[in-house]
Amino acid sequence: MPNGAVAHADPHGPASAAGFGAGGHDHAHHPALQHHFQTLDQQHEASTLGMWIFLVTEVMFFGGLLMAYLLYRVWYPEAWSEGSEELDIVLGGFNTVVLIGSSLTMAFGVRAAQTGEQKATVRWLLLTIGLGLTFLVVKGFEYYHKWELHHIPGPNFSFEGPHAAQVQIFLSLYFGLTGLHALHMIIGCAIMGVITWMAHKKRFTPEWYTPVELAGLYWHFVDIVWIFLFPLLYLVDRARQLS
Amino acid sequence: MLSGIPLFPEQASTLAPEVDNLYFFITAVTAFFALLVVVFVTVFAIKYRDRTGTKVGEPIHGSIPLEIGWSLIPFLITMVIFAWATVVFFQIVRAPDQTLEVYSTGKRWMWRFQHIDGKSEINELHVPLGRPVKVVFTSEDVLHSLYVPAFRVKADAIPGRYSSIWFTPTKTGEFHLFCAEYCGTNHSGMIGKVVVMEPNEYQAWLSGDTGLPMAARGEQLFQQLGCVSCHLPDGAGRGPSLLGKFGGQETLGDGTVVAVDDVYVRESILAPQQKLVAGYQPLMPTFQGQVNEEGVMSLIEYIKTLPSTGQPAAAAQARTAPAPAAQGGSR
Amino acid sequence: MTTTVLPRVNYLNVRHTLASWLFTKDHKRIGLMYLVVVTAAFALGGVFAAGVRIELTTPEGDFVSADTYNRLFTMHGVAMVFFVLIPAVPAILGNFVLPLMIGAKDVAFPKINLLSWYVFVIGFVFTLAAMAFGGVDTGWTFYTPYSTQFSNSSVMLTGIGIFITGFSSILTGLNFMVTIHRMRAPGMTWFRMPLFVWALYATSIVQILGTPVIAITVGMLALERALGFGIFDPRLGGDPVLFQHLFWFYSHPAVYIMILPPMGVISEVIACFSRKPVFGYSFVAFSSLAIAIFGFLVWAHHLFVAGISPYSAMVFSFLSFAVAVPSAVKTFNWTATLYKGAIWWQAPMIWVFGFLGLFLVGGLTGLFLASLGLDVHLHDTYFVVAHFHYIMVGGAIMGYFSGLHYWWPKMTGKMYSNSAATFAAVLVFVGFNLTFFPQFILGYLGMPRRYHVYAEEFQVLNVMSTAGASLLGVGYTLIASYLIHSVFRGRAAGDNPWGATGLEWETQSPPIPENFDETPIVTGGAYEYTKRGAKVA
Repeated sequence: MPNGAVAHADPHGPASAAGFGAGGHDHAHHPALQHHFQTLDQQHEASTLGMWIFLVTEVMFFGGLLMAYLLYRVWYPEAWSEGSEELDIVLGGFNTVVLIGSSLTMAFGVRAAQTGEQKATVRWLLLTIGLGLTFLVVKGFEYYHKWELHHIPGPNFSFEGPHAAQVQIFLSLYFGLTGLHALHMIIGCAIMGVITWMAHKKRFTPEWYTPVELAGLYWHFVDIVWIFLFPLLYLVDRARQLS
Repeated sequence: MLSGIPLFPEQASTLAPEVDNLYFFITAVTAFFALLVVVFVTVFAIKYRDRTGTKVGEPIHGSIPLEIGWSLIPFLITMVIFAWATVVFFQIVRAPDQTLEVYSTGKRWMWRFQHIDGKSEINELHVPLGRPVKVVFTSEDVLHSLYVPAFRVKADAIPGRYSSIWFTPTKTGEFHLFCAEYCGTNHSGMIGKVVVMEPNEYQAWLSGDTGLPMAARGEQLFQQLGCVSCHLPDGAGRGPSLLGKFGGQETLGDGTVVAVDDVYVRESILAPQQKLVAGYQPLMPTFQGQVNEEGVMSLIEYIKTLPSTGQPAAAAQARTAPAPAAQGGSR
Repeated sequence: MTTTVLPRVNYLNVRHTLASWLFTKDHKRIGLMYLVVVTAAFALGGVFAAGVRIELTTPEGDFVSADTYNRLFTMHGVAMVFFVLIPAVPAILGNFVLPLMIGAKDVAFPKINLLSWYVFVIGFVFTLAAMAFGGVDTGWTFYTPYSTQFSNSSVMLTGIGIFITGFSSILTGLNFMVTIHRMRAPGMTWFRMPLFVWALYATSIVQILGTPVIAITVGMLALERALGFGIFDPRLGGDPVLFQHLFWFYSHPAVYIMILPPMGVISEVIACFSRKPVFGYSFVAFSSLAIAIFGFLVWAHHLFVAGISPYSAMVFSFLSFAVAVPSAVKTFNWTATLYKGAIWWQAPMIWVFGFLGLFLVGGLTGLFLASLGLDVHLHDTYFVVAHFHYIMVGGAIMGYFSGLHYWWPKMTGKMYSNSAATFAAVLVFVGFNLTFFPQFILGYLGMPRRYHVYAEEFQVLNVMSTAGASLLGVGYTLIASYLIHSVFRGRAAGDNPWGATGLEWETQSPPIPENFDETPIVTGGAYEYTKRGAKVA
């Protein structure tokens, strides 16, 4: 029935955040609970689900570049081999260990937050940032070296070899993939900085340390991307080259 | 005035009625279902109208048999359409074995057609009535698309690749030729016409001022670019002999076997290291930049003429196009 | 006759400052903020369309130069696709109505919701900047190598704008998905959710999985154009067709982002104005999911003549036919919903009638294009233009207007003139058909798309099309007028002017900032009209 015929009584007083079910607003809830959620649990589950969904979008984001990589690797195996040989496997391998190590320190950091060990949390997070920055510095050296050799695709590209044109495509994808990854690392370090500051300010308790957890998820994801990128870019045809 | 408005394109090729019949079928089927739904919606909207807005409808939640029915039946109908359409599609993309070949390149903003015997045209394509014609083409710059509505054929012209369309004209006359892939400023000006002539008129047109046959042009390039210095006829040079190779197969260094068709020859000229023949060193330089797409097509035509035994044929001899048995269709 | 007054305190008047809007976390205000920007984009896209149609009245290029024309149709496409069709229903109506419909106080992440609006605006600003610098002329599809090596237009700026705006869509989808999973009121199980919620959920899947791919594709395009990277450059062995695959991998599912939410609106409105549940509720719900998933499997039907293998083409053709079936199922279910209903012909329902007719034609003409043998002839002709306008304008936009007219009283507390609205709906319907039906004929005749000048024999049909477009322009302007008028002079609508079921109708119009005084408890399904006690028609 259309009820437009009913006049509203003067409705509410000042718009108060009306309480839920139990009625009345008390501030006995956790200070971190946002008002549109009913319980801390609901908020935590929503936040975690949100981060996982975001990571799915990141998979699709890298996926486009990986599809291009897949196509051209099938088309130009020799160029892929030659291009991969130009990458420094020692530095790349070192970086892989650094990043995996940083995921370990991150996991310890989340654990420390979970058990309320505030100082340990800060230490583990700082270590994680340190390792992340180490990764970026090494990457910077690698890029610089490539620039010196004129291996950066574009007008100044120069490469000796029969497959130079397709090696340029390989290197385009190398810079695209590792560049995108490095961008995510930089953002990750910045996020870690904020989380570390919050930990320092004693914001986290065993009841609520969601930001640490979410940052951890993001950090692990960026690590996993590298674990794919390292063999795909640095280890193409290495067995044949080493033998 | 109404009679002057065209509402349906001419059918000017053997493919056109096939495509149109499919079109009529799909139109009939979709019109039937569209009408069905429109009638039901109209009847229900009027019959069950409640102007007061106070009544309530009958709370019918659904019917599994109906759901299955109206899922399955449309699916089956679409499968019939799919099957028919696929059959027609394969007719469109599979040229017959014997076709009259014409090469073409599209570039902003014109189509250049190169007949094998040497005649070349811009934005016009003369073809004889009643014979299958295959146009092999590429683009020199951006994507284009060669489209002849009256023949119901179209394919994109992609830089770096060969595409082809084929048709057998069934009517004489002039028919629109359009570029159908946006290519910049003068995209809508990249148009022309296909001129279909009676066979004897076509012969007469052909024998007019022709210029060098493509194969002869190809032979010239073969000398000028130095191909002849490595590709010795006895196979003892730095590159393999090309005698009789076209249309056959080659084994590559990694063991794979490739067909020696126009695509392979073009690739071997422009990116020779990609698919190297077994037993030969990677010495051939790329000729990208030294020969344009039309030159490549001429070289392909020349290589087609090289017989498998003895000396290369005197390819300087002008070849007239209507001798399909001698030329052979390309793959 | 009793009078209805506006409630004293609602989300619109609770705070008045500009800052209270620009820093709001209220999903309802954010929905309105989207409405402003999307409407501006729609007007802009409409102006570009007017330019195109005026030029096409004559076969010669006598209105604008070829370069200008190319920019006009490109910018029309960019504005309409990225700044109107993708956000309209989800970001305006979805943002406003979703939390209300599920009995929540807001979406899961209100700050991210606000961020999505800012991201949207920034993307729009970049695109406007591109327009100010002369626009872009690549077509909204940006095919390479033209866009990477040859176009002398603002490709980078537009690309950046689209890249940024894509994140707005991703954030909205992410927000909605978590909201639907975690914020439903007690008692609202999945199968008690209104179908609009199902539609938004299915749309979120597409937004989340698809949009990142266009982002990276535009990114690759930018790198190629700016730095000569070589990924799509045939001279280096790159593949220009790879761009098409990557582009359409998003852009085809994108059309389902554009149509699924309006389909959800249709379900809501048709249930309300038939006073009965949507026929086959679970089938309609599942068909939304099916469309979202199958929509990812058909992208190469845009590449049938682009050089893909015929066997590959067969697979994509088959899947393209398959994806039509769930849409057919919905259409039949909506039709059956009318059976033995009590059909109340109010403005939102008039839009539904229009949608049903036009979406039908649009969807069915998709079958022509999915047919391989026919697509060779029809690809890149006006047939395609007509097909997608029937779905996007006849379908999506009409669905959007249906929803806007349906929830307008809830959003503003005011009611507009029903006769003006009905007149506008009919005008738009007539104008639309006059604009686009001749284009089917033009397409089969062989008139290619994106043509600035055309063969003379195509003129009469083009003139008809332009005439229809002017009717459309009048119709849309009329809608804007009476809706704006209703805000200032309309009568108060009351909580539930339509007598609809649904939690959003159990709050005041406009709602209080927190939506509900107390969290509702749901005990029944979405469209239980008979429980209201009125007699069955």
